[in-house]
Amino acid sequence: MQAFTTLKGLVAPMDRANVDTDAIIPKQFLKSIKRTGYGPFLFDEWRYEDRGEPEMDCTHRPVKTDFVLNQPRYQGAQILLARENFGCGSSREHAPWAILDYGFSCVIASSFADIFFNNCFKNGILPIVLDDKVIDQLFKECAATEGYSLTVDLPAQTVTTPSGHSFAFNIDGFRKHCLLNGLDDIGLTLTHADSIHAYEAARRQQAPWLF
Amino acid sequence: MGKTLFEKVWQQHVVQQNEDGSTLLYIDRHLVHEVTSPQAFEGLRLAGRKPWKISASIATPDHNVPTIDRDKGIADPVSRAQVEALDNNCAEFGITEFGLGDIRQGVVHVMGPEQGLILPGMTVVCGDSHTSTHGAFGSIAMGIGTSEVEHVLATQCLIQKKPKVMRISVNGSLPAGITGKDVALYIIGEIGTAGGTGFALEFAGEAIRALSMEGRMSLCNMAIEAGARCGMIAVDDVTLDYVRGRPYAPKADNWDAAEAMWRELHSDADAAFDAELVFDAANIVPQVSWGTSPEMVLPVTSSIPALQSARDEVQREGWRRALTYMGLQENTPITDIAIDKVFIGSCTNGRIEDFRAAAAIVQGKKVAANVKLAMVVPGSGLVKQQAEAEGLDAIFTAAGFQWRDPGCSMCLAMNADRLEPGERCASTSNRNFEGRQGMGGRTHLVSPAMAAAAGIAGHFVDVRDWS
Repeated sequence: MQAFTTLKGLVAPMDRANVDTDAIIPKQFLKSIKRTGYGPFLFDEWRYEDRGEPEMDCTHRPVKTDFVLNQPRYQGAQILLARENFGCGSSREHAPWAILDYGFSCVIASSFADIFFNNCFKNGILPIVLDDKVIDQLFKECAATEGYSLTVDLPAQTVTTPSGHSFAFNIDGFRKHCLLNGLDDIGLTLTHADSIHAYEAARRQQAPWLF
Repeated sequence: MGKTLFEKVWQQHVVQQNEDGSTLLYIDRHLVHEVTSPQAFEGLRLAGRKPWKISASIATPDHNVPTIDRDKGIADPVSRAQVEALDNNCAEFGITEFGLGDIRQGVVHVMGPEQGLILPGMTVVCGDSHTSTHGAFGSIAMGIGTSEVEHVLATQCLIQKKPKVMRISVNGSLPAGITGKDVALYIIGEIGTAGGTGFALEFAGEAIRALSMEGRMSLCNMAIEAGARCGMIAVDDVTLDYVRGRPYAPKADNWDAAEAMWRELHSDADAAFDAELVFDAANIVPQVSWGTSPEMVLPVTSSIPALQSARDEVQREGWRRALTYMGLQENTPITDIAIDKVFIGSCTNGRIEDFRAAAAIVQGKKVAANVKLAMVVPGSGLVKQQAEAEGLDAIFTAAGFQWRDPGCSMCLAMNADRLEPGERCASTSNRNFEGRQGMGGRTHLVSPAMAAAAGIAGHFVDVRDWS
């Protein structure tokens, strides 16, 4: 997993609440057995006029020109600005895979759905929760300023606007540690193999039907 | 002070409490399907890892499988490759799989309980958000992503932060015609799709205790649509009667020991909850979703809301977009909405009780002329077999419904079963998101009886008035 430390990146605004994972990556792309290649299909139904199919070449597909990611000013965006309950619905990790493959490594929203939030950390994406009022302000600033970018500092846990306003965010210590170091948590858990074996031995006495 | 049901099950699964507040939690049961597992198995292979406890995982293909002409195999080569990848991965790693030719194959969340693979007090995970279904057995059941599927395969554990616990009580008796599905939609309509975020929900109260296991599974299934980590219901005789005698359930002395332990799986009278909500069952009428989020749901007796009644600009914009997508106008009575298709099935409503309820509605009647397709998709091969033994398939086909083979089907339309752009569907599934049942498709979530009645009438009707 790619480590995340600091990021200064162009912001793309996704100004709607309850963006679900079916919208982030529609079901037909879940037939792939790979972890990569989902970026061209991110927000497929909102982004293109035609119906997308797995493995198709997207370079000549008709696009919906008013969709935010199709606007020239947001090309190359690395930070996605969103509203409440972002990533609700299906547990498909293809959603963060598509977001990452497209080029985003940070999503800022007023709230996230649990499973999506968790899936982000497994893929080197930093999901940041900021207060509703701050999110509103960022949407306004982003709309008003072409080339609007934010600086995300994970060690300091801050998001800083171009005018120098800084907003602090919370992050769980273990998740921060894994992101900063790009750590695979399976390897970390396996360092506790003795504890897992001990748990199983005790549990087997108590509830033998589980073994 | 007493403990909540959630706390009791959680404590029994703590392998290690970490200093940073996270918990290494042991996972008893892992259900596997073809869509969210291939990258996890690939991860194991690349790292040279083996499954920690092979018998904990059970697999079946469901999302991509055809529901018709199954003897011809899977026509779509991409879908076929994914199902074959599951077969190959299970064979390579030694995991039991109920494959396409097996009578036990079906939607994972129907197959698991049916086989007795889900037992009270277990921790259950699956790479599917509707894993919350299994909380109906007093288990902690959570949907996970593919990285965590790999983590569970490799370690039999998950690193978890303990959620808060909310009790949602539904007091009184449910009126006739009201199902677990209506209770679920009603609660989501009241608390919103983020109302349960950060919480484990415990459903309690007289109305919940009166539900069958099928009804309880429908309710817990949709806990995820309220944003909750999981939904749970205390163990009682209804639970034990369902589990007893199933193929993977404990037998003889083991059953007696298990039952004694399972009888403790309820919140103590003096347990404290982080949040508590109380609803009155008498207020619940058959529900119909009208928009593109499960919280956009109303009683069948009401009309599409006016935009001016939205609580703020963000909600108003969401409603405006939903009305446009759904092709609906403000203030339209729900019963004036005509439908094109009917889908009865899914992990929410693909069990025998669901088909009995729907068959009772359509018996001796015919699908309306304006309904292009009405399909009934059993949740598993065994549900199909049971329904056929009861003659339900004949009732459906005589009424003009198609009787299909088991799978997820048009709940998410990964296989060939889908809506075309603009088509409107009365669906017993769980999500009405844009494009969920096919690009441009319009989904209205309802109970099986409501879907069946809409298929006969050609538009939504109140099943309480059905004759």
